[in-house]
Amino acid sequence: MSEKTIKANRKWHTIFFVFLIAVMTFASITITDFNIFHGIATLPKAIAWIFSNMWISQETWERLPTILEKLLETVLVSIAATTTGTVVAFFLSLMGSKTTGRSTIWGAFARFVASVSRNIPVVAWALILLLSFGQNSMTGYLALFVGSVGFLTRAFIESIDEASQSAVEALRATGATYFQIVFKAVVPQCLPQLISWILFMIETNIRSATLVGILTGTGIGYTFDLYYKTLNYNAVALVTFSIILAVIVIELMSNYIRKVII
Amino acid sequence: MEASTYIKRGASGRIAIKMGSRPERIMKWTVTTLVILTVIAFLLFDYTGLDLTTAIPETLDNLKTMFLEPALSHFTWGQAFYQLGVTLGLAFLSTILGGIIAFFLALLAAANLSKSWISKTVRIMVAFIRAVPTVLWVLIFAIAAGLGSEAAILGMLFHSIAYLVKAFSEAFEEVNQGIIEALRATGANWWHIVIHAVLPSTFTYLLSWTFLRFEINFSMAVAMGAAAGAGGIGFELFMASGFYFDLREVGMITYMVLIFAIILEVFSTKMKDRYFPAAK
Repeated sequence: MSEKTIKANRKWHTIFFVFLIAVMTFASITITDFNIFHGIATLPKAIAWIFSNMWISQETWERLPTILEKLLETVLVSIAATTTGTVVAFFLSLMGSKTTGRSTIWGAFARFVASVSRNIPVVAWALILLLSFGQNSMTGYLALFVGSVGFLTRAFIESIDEASQSAVEALRATGATYFQIVFKAVVPQCLPQLISWILFMIETNIRSATLVGILTGTGIGYTFDLYYKTLNYNAVALVTFSIILAVIVIELMSNYIRKVII
Repeated sequence: MEASTYIKRGASGRIAIKMGSRPERIMKWTVTTLVILTVIAFLLFDYTGLDLTTAIPETLDNLKTMFLEPALSHFTWGQAFYQLGVTLGLAFLSTILGGIIAFFLALLAAANLSKSWISKTVRIMVAFIRAVPTVLWVLIFAIAAGLGSEAAILGMLFHSIAYLVKAFSEAFEEVNQGIIEALRATGANWWHIVIHAVLPSTFTYLLSWTFLRFEINFSMAVAMGAAAGAGGIGFELFMASGFYFDLREVGMITYMVLIFAIILEVFSTKMKDRYFPAAK
């Protein structure tokens, strides 16, 4: 192919690509009934509204202890879901990884479990579990747990595959048993990566926990929903700011840990 | 990671020995803290109205009904696909608009292309936006814009922008500084540099990140339908489970979402393998 045809091809690709995006955008606007001008027009209005209504007033501060208690509950649920999810995900990823997996059937099983639990949205899990677990922290915890297992398994498999090939071979040559290989070669090598993924999962889970909380009536999400529905926007602002603060603090902490260990 | 021994003398002249390097100690601390917090979490959980002996078999039973006997009863297949289309449309619009806006903001946020105070301001703003969960943005916009596609798209847009600005600006910062300097030396202006040096060398990254965000936005759009009533398949899911208690329908909707999400994931993995095989 001469340079000219490549260039012409690329031009056609670009035109096709832009056209495709334009068509899809138009289709999306039609199907969702999204009025782009109205959307743009509401944006300043929305921001003006946020600035004029979302102030934390004096009497809202009295609600702070309740809000903080719920926030703590949400943070703890996220952490618990992540750590317990890690344990399950670790074993699944040992099965699913190419270097440590022993049978293809179990490997495929692990990948399948991970894929299904990850791709069903956390919201769907929350709604499914809500039916029999009722409104309590357990429902939120389990919904986050299932999602964490799915995500962490995928991430762990990648980390294990990447890190441990030569060390595993070396240990296998000495006649080490399977669990000796896992705990002396695989774990020490991947640990920084694994911890980094765990921290990332905690951050993600805190955000999803708010969403799950709205649906399952637990934690900070429920508090938000309650004030939101009773039009107590000052309290809504306080809840939002406390969530922002918690997320930023956890993000900074995990960034620090990640910087040191990797 | 290197192991080293710290030798420090205490007040009494004794040698205090600490084994292990700083990373190792930090890792140990992190793991211990997480385990302790988990235990505390389980102790503090609010178990009101929970009876595990009935809840677990019931859930398994529910899951069986859902996944083995899926069926639609409150709406037709046509409507189901239409609703899935609405969800996709929400995800698509917020991704494409977010991608375009994020591109320009990321140019401002990249330290090598912008002034340091502009870059810092944009970064702080973006970090703030990202810290608020999407559903809260949607609900806040819903008060001002009225519940519906506009609130959902604006809310998801905010988050997409915040996420993509971070990803894009990191990609921009990895652009070879030499190229930029060479162009600058020829007298190229800022837009020339962006169009001829930055964009070509990062385009595939931008595409992959945008697609990854589309994947996230799809599941977000399902969630917005359920939690914020923004319509689409998520809203049907919420109705089926919360109002009709129709497990078969929940199963069917879950399958539809699942299949679609897996298609997106396979596509995005393919794209990742093709465009950044050497990532990390």
